Amino acid sequence: MAAHTVKRYTGLMDWLTTVDHKKIAILYLSSGLLFFVFGGIEALLIRIQLMFPMFNLLDGQTYNEVLTMHGTTMIFLVAMPLVFSMMNAAVPLQIGARDVAFPFLNALGFWTFFFGGILLNLSWFFGGAPDAGWTMYAPLALREFSGTGNDYYLIGLQIAGIGSLLSGINFLATIINMRAPGMTFMRMPLFTWTTLITSMIILFALTPLAVGLIEMTFDRLFGANFYNPAGGGSPVLWEHIFWIFGHPEVYILVLPAFGIISEVVSTFSKKRLFGYGSMVFATSLIGLLSFMVWVHHMFTVGMGPIANALFGIATSLIAIPTGIKIFNWLFTMWGGQLTFNTASLYAFSFIPSFVMGGVTGVMLALPSADYQYHDTYFVVAHFHYVIVGGVVLGLFAGIYYWWPKMFGRMLNETLGQISFWFWTIGFHLTFLIQHFLGLWGMPRRVFTYLEGQGWDTPNFVSTIGAFFMAVSVILFVINILITWAKKPNAPADPWDGRTLEWSIPSPPPEYNFKQIPLIRGLDAFWKEKMAGNKEMTPAEPLGPIHMPSPSILPFIMSVGLFISGIGFIMSKYEFENSFLISIFHSYAIAILGLVITFGCMVIRSLKDDHGYHIEPEELEEKGVKA
Amino acid sequence: MAFLLNYKGIGVDEKVNRWKHGKRIMMGLAMLALALSGCSLKNQGEANPLNPKGSVAEEQYWLILLSIGVMVFVMAVVFILFFYAVVRFRKRPGQTGIPKQVEGNHKLEIIWTVIPIILLTILAVPTVAYTFKHAEDYSSAPPEEVLKIKVTGHQFWWEFEYPDYDIVTAQDLWIPVGKTVFVELHGADVIHSFWIPGLAGKTDTTPGVTSKMYFDAKEPGTYLGKCAELCGAGHALMDFKVIAVPEEEFNAWVASMTNPPATATEPAAVTGEEVFKAKGCINCHAITPNGASLGPNLNNFGNRLTVGGYAENTSDWVAKWLINPQKVKNGATMPAIPLTDEEVQALVDYLASLKNYE
Repeated sequence: MAAHTVKRYTGLMDWLTTVDHKKIAILYLSSGLLFFVFGGIEALLIRIQLMFPMFNLLDGQTYNEVLTMHGTTMIFLVAMPLVFSMMNAAVPLQIGARDVAFPFLNALGFWTFFFGGILLNLSWFFGGAPDAGWTMYAPLALREFSGTGNDYYLIGLQIAGIGSLLSGINFLATIINMRAPGMTFMRMPLFTWTTLITSMIILFALTPLAVGLIEMTFDRLFGANFYNPAGGGSPVLWEHIFWIFGHPEVYILVLPAFGIISEVVSTFSKKRLFGYGSMVFATSLIGLLSFMVWVHHMFTVGMGPIANALFGIATSLIAIPTGIKIFNWLFTMWGGQLTFNTASLYAFSFIPSFVMGGVTGVMLALPSADYQYHDTYFVVAHFHYVIVGGVVLGLFAGIYYWWPKMFGRMLNETLGQISFWFWTIGFHLTFLIQHFLGLWGMPRRVFTYLEGQGWDTPNFVSTIGAFFMAVSVILFVINILITWAKKPNAPADPWDGRTLEWSIPSPPPEYNFKQIPLIRGLDAFWKEKMAGNKEMTPAEPLGPIHMPSPSILPFIMSVGLFISGIGFIMSKYEFENSFLISIFHSYAIAILGLVITFGCMVIRSLKDDHGYHIEPEELEEKGVKA
Repeated sequence: MAFLLNYKGIGVDEKVNRWKHGKRIMMGLAMLALALSGCSLKNQGEANPLNPKGSVAEEQYWLILLSIGVMVFVMAVVFILFFYAVVRFRKRPGQTGIPKQVEGNHKLEIIWTVIPIILLTILAVPTVAYTFKHAEDYSSAPPEEVLKIKVTGHQFWWEFEYPDYDIVTAQDLWIPVGKTVFVELHGADVIHSFWIPGLAGKTDTTPGVTSKMYFDAKEPGTYLGKCAELCGAGHALMDFKVIAVPEEEFNAWVASMTNPPATATEPAAVTGEEVFKAKGCINCHAITPNGASLGPNLNNFGNRLTVGGYAENTSDWVAKWLINPQKVKNGATMPAIPLTDEEVQALVDYLASLKNYE
């Protein structure tokens, strides 16, 4: 047996040094779910505070911190990581690749997200969390009107944003370059397509965010005036830069969910996706249009009827490709053989739920009517319908669907279905009534409301729904725990799947495919099954498999950025200890962090690392142990 | 409810009509929807976007209804297809074989592309028309036709200036019924948003930007105004009131504001006035008809509907506000100045005496 020349780790070090997309998927999943619990607690606090008029569980300031963290956590630390988790778990397998194009960057992307999220939540312990909403509008977000909390937002997200950008680049390179022989673009599974388009959106949306965050960091920490009108800056400029990121961001969240729905609906209808070509076209059009609509968040700024009308029309147009997708899913189900399990319940119920969110989106797109809806609970209802009734349902479908592939175990079906019903009932109970609250005049981001306006009972009902969702999450966590205790004996193909990932064991060996498969058409694995084959036909002979080496550098680089972030944030903090004051106020800590990160980059650049090989003799055994 | 609870789905041996199966689901949903919809869709009592009392809000309400109609149609189509599919194409126990794999249907693709385009056009035409109409600039209209007001949003109160009448006031916005009111919006500190849900949609007050909107009230009444942009700890309580009265009453109000009666005569109020000046209140609160100040102008405060923006203007609440503004409104920028009980009472009496009419 050939000896490995690279160091192999086990236990905790294995997880800290891994560059394996399958392990990174699990890292993203666990962190995303952990932050989901934080965000969920923040949601419960909001709903309890609003359960009764003039209730005083949280005062105005604390409430603003909770609502800011709820939104920021759910979008940046839950939805995005869970999306990346699904992308990492499935895409390389779906295209017949052994890993992503840049495994080292993949790990770096995870660790920067993780430490960015930790940094953001440190704010609770050091003077208060960010408090100007996840939209951080200036001048409220600037030093003059807030405490130190917003610095954690700016720097925490800057660090986490690096990770997102890296993932976007990575998946673009992977999908463009590493598809198995015979897999043309039009033979890729829809989830891979949506990942491709999403990655393009990430590339062009995360960059303006980075710019905006840096400029506001300069305003807050170094006395600049980009967004401060008293110094000649413009609050509207922040709004533009934020929303040029912010609108495409929601498509970054929903397109992968659309991809998952395409996979799950197709599999559990026992039919190929209806209108594959239209679906690809619609996804691409949505990706393109997503950059042309951002001003619909700014209709009430008063920029004039021409701007408002144009962006109103552009926004409405997105309904067309989205509608195309909805009908194609419905007709995939049509004439099929529908199986109902937890994954498919989430995927099927996505269709009516998301449509409910989508139609209120079209209503919001119309400028003059929007002047009534804007900044009210109508908007809150809309985006929760599309995010919770859309993105989250898609993510749950994907998690239950790919769980056996990721962990080699099946989640418990009974618990899963009970969990689904608690979630569905709770979600509609919470958010349906909020449409009406908005139409009855209730603004958003309010920590309380006066009684006698007819808002008391609706708010109370809405809060009850939140508790239903909490029960669902608790049941889900229990499901994960009891599943973890089981033996990993899930079949390779528990769902009679159509795509490549089901043609290899659950969980796959480290190298995914012993031999890269030959692709003969769309739904490559199904095609082989219909031809009477139990496995994919290989496209290459058995040979040594080239694998990327694990590395601790991504972890250390992220720690370096984290230290630097703390250094910048605390650069004006009044410590009691004079030594601490000297090392922070002089920016020594900030610079130390950057030195650590750049040092790792130098090491990575100078040290030649060619990876290692797994030899055929090891492959003849049942896979190679990680 | 019983038939819903006894619902077991279609079993192996049951020869059951699939429509009955579907109907049960529909009934359940209808009951749920009813329960969730709230008994009164308009929430009668308060003027609000669904219960408009101004021309602009009425036009926006019409757009809202049109879009709801179109969207309900879309949802009905999707829901009918969905629930039919879920019931009709369920895998029956023991069912084998593979359904026909359908690649797509060109005709259908065209139908469900063209129909939404048509629906969007139906929505777009009136939308664009109203967007332009509601952006009408009345700044050069004569005062007899249009009442002009300059609104400034502060943390956490609203300043109203009537340039044609040389009045500066706060919190209560008096307007004549039926006349167009043209508003110029300014932000003093952070972004706020000026919103009277029953009369018109909102426009932001952004520091460094001057935005404009118009509205009117078609009926006399008091309309609630709210801040609709997160502006700090006191955002939720930054209410104001629009008081719409017939033209003659409005003119009388204008006259009383520009010619307030002579200063306090009651002994309690006289003492209060001295405290007001001695404790520095006058430095932030002008009491003259057109005085601009850091804090709200208190001319005619005795007749103002609220204190602190939302609390009833009673001696009880005024006292609470004076003793600890931040307790009444989290984040209030008025400092809590140490006052003895007598000083508080004196100020309460003084402020109550600031009435330009009874």
